[in-house]
Amino acid sequence: MSDLTRKTAVELSELMSSGETSSVEITQAHLDRIGATDRAVHAFLHVDTEGALAQAADVDARRAAGDELGPLAGVPLALKDVLTQDGVPTTAGSKMLEGWKPPYDSTVVKRLKAAGIVILGKTNMDEFAMGSSTENSAYGTTHNPWDLDRIPGGSGGGSSAAISAYQAPLAIGTDTGGSIRQPAAFTGTVGVKPTYGGTSRYGLIALASSLDTPGPCARTTLDAALLHEAIAGYDPMDSTSINQPVPAVVEAARSGDVTGLRIGVVKELGGEGYQPGVEARFHEAVELLTKLGAEVVEVSCPHFQYALPAYYLILPSEASSNLAKFDAMRFGLRVGDDGLNDAEQVMRLTREAGFGPEVKRRIMLGTHALSSGYYDAYYGQAQKVRTLIARDFTQAYEQVDVLVSPSTPTTAFEIGARVDDPIAMYKNDLCTIPSNLAGNAAASFPIGLAEEDGLPVGFHVMAPVMRDDLCYLVGAALESAFADQWGGVLMSKAPELEVTR
Amino acid sequence: MPSITRDEVAHLARLARIELTEDELDHLAPQLEQIIGLVAQVSEVAAEDIPPTSHALPLTNVMREDVNVACLTPEQALSGAPAAEEQRFRVPRILSEEA
Repeated sequence: MSDLTRKTAVELSELMSSGETSSVEITQAHLDRIGATDRAVHAFLHVDTEGALAQAADVDARRAAGDELGPLAGVPLALKDVLTQDGVPTTAGSKMLEGWKPPYDSTVVKRLKAAGIVILGKTNMDEFAMGSSTENSAYGTTHNPWDLDRIPGGSGGGSSAAISAYQAPLAIGTDTGGSIRQPAAFTGTVGVKPTYGGTSRYGLIALASSLDTPGPCARTTLDAALLHEAIAGYDPMDSTSINQPVPAVVEAARSGDVTGLRIGVVKELGGEGYQPGVEARFHEAVELLTKLGAEVVEVSCPHFQYALPAYYLILPSEASSNLAKFDAMRFGLRVGDDGLNDAEQVMRLTREAGFGPEVKRRIMLGTHALSSGYYDAYYGQAQKVRTLIARDFTQAYEQVDVLVSPSTPTTAFEIGARVDDPIAMYKNDLCTIPSNLAGNAAASFPIGLAEEDGLPVGFHVMAPVMRDDLCYLVGAALESAFADQWGGVLMSKAPELEVTR
Repeated sequence: MPSITRDEVAHLARLARIELTEDELDHLAPQLEQIIGLVAQVSEVAAEDIPPTSHALPLTNVMREDVNVACLTPEQALSGAPAAEEQRFRVPRILSEEA
């Protein structure tokens, strides 16, 4: 493996600034790594070799010309396949969009390009971001680089796997119920869900519009913060974008000073159903934060136990509406257009052929929840639970600055283990869902390996709206303290992948 | 315990414009029943006086100046279409034989 692929984004940036290497060399090293390992991992759906090298050459030329460049200019990145990139195949992991090339860039992609960040390609994901394992992709399962027989988490498993397989130092994910944080926990990487509205959804293929949030994935807290800063900020193209300055995330990631920070351990997110090794690592991390000067108390959020059922009504309801546009008329797949079927039959046949089982399940659940006679009992009640959860957060933040829990109840499970048990699969998202419903900032940081299976465990931090910096403060404190024990970030303990050609 | 029958799942599929096979109906009906059992818990807590929250942010409509701006060309707009003809989307016929 090239040394360049082991470097963090910050280290790569320094090497380019000092003239020791170029963006083209760095990009080629990562493309080579993808070529050597992706048969085993399957993190990527599309590798844009030509486009990436052209972007890298452009950054090198601008650097040589003395242009002022951003801190991540020339650093490669893996992009979740749910964000549009002009002229590059974008499928959202679905057969419905196979071969579709968007005619425009999403705002996130525009900002990545403006920052000089090199986009290596599009990463695998659960179809339309529906899933907790990346087993629901129409293009095959992504494997967890820590153990190839296990899932990498979902829905952004491809982005997290690309980072943990050293195929890219940075990635972009989207988080609707935990799709950045849960895979980050399962792959020993950092994943951040910014405040809802802090990053633009323009050009993001929508799953649930009131929940979806693009965000950064990386191997270190500082790398994630720099990427966060590059993509965040007000976007007039998104009516839900917050018109406020981006929180000082980079400053917080460089500081890591948690002295006097009030940390609340959520009583309801632990205990029965949580893997002992996950709980043990979590409590160690909490103790560590106490030693670093934080004040830790237990906090009760009594309605969090209803977040999962509320989410699994709100999400399918919004998804069933958002996915109605996949009707075989204007773009994507069309099946049965042989003159024998009318438009409605073509729609039915197309949606049958184009959507996978999880998508069908959720569309029908949403259709049921929104149908006459059930709307008040299901969707209306779920929206009330959302109010109660937001109140829990408000009351908790009167006592503490941030809330913490394990990121997931268990470590990464084996491929296929929960495919036929949707409830068990949905329970993966117990800890992450409340902050999506309330729009809070939240993040997952690696805190070690569970004793029973040797797999990564994530530490989940939730912070008030537009206080994303507090998540980075805690993440940086933990990372710095653990680095002494581990001799680097947790990823340095990951097994080597077998290289194939 | 709320329940959902196989016929109701077939009805939902028609509403959602998804043609389901018999096997899919057999598989989906019990799964949906299980999921609906889980999500029905929301009725346990939300009292009459709790206002619903449909969105994490207070939403206001966003207006832009009424000025001409660049938009997609017809070629770009049609580039992902399953079928196009004379710079328009070509769609399947709307009326069936009986209409």
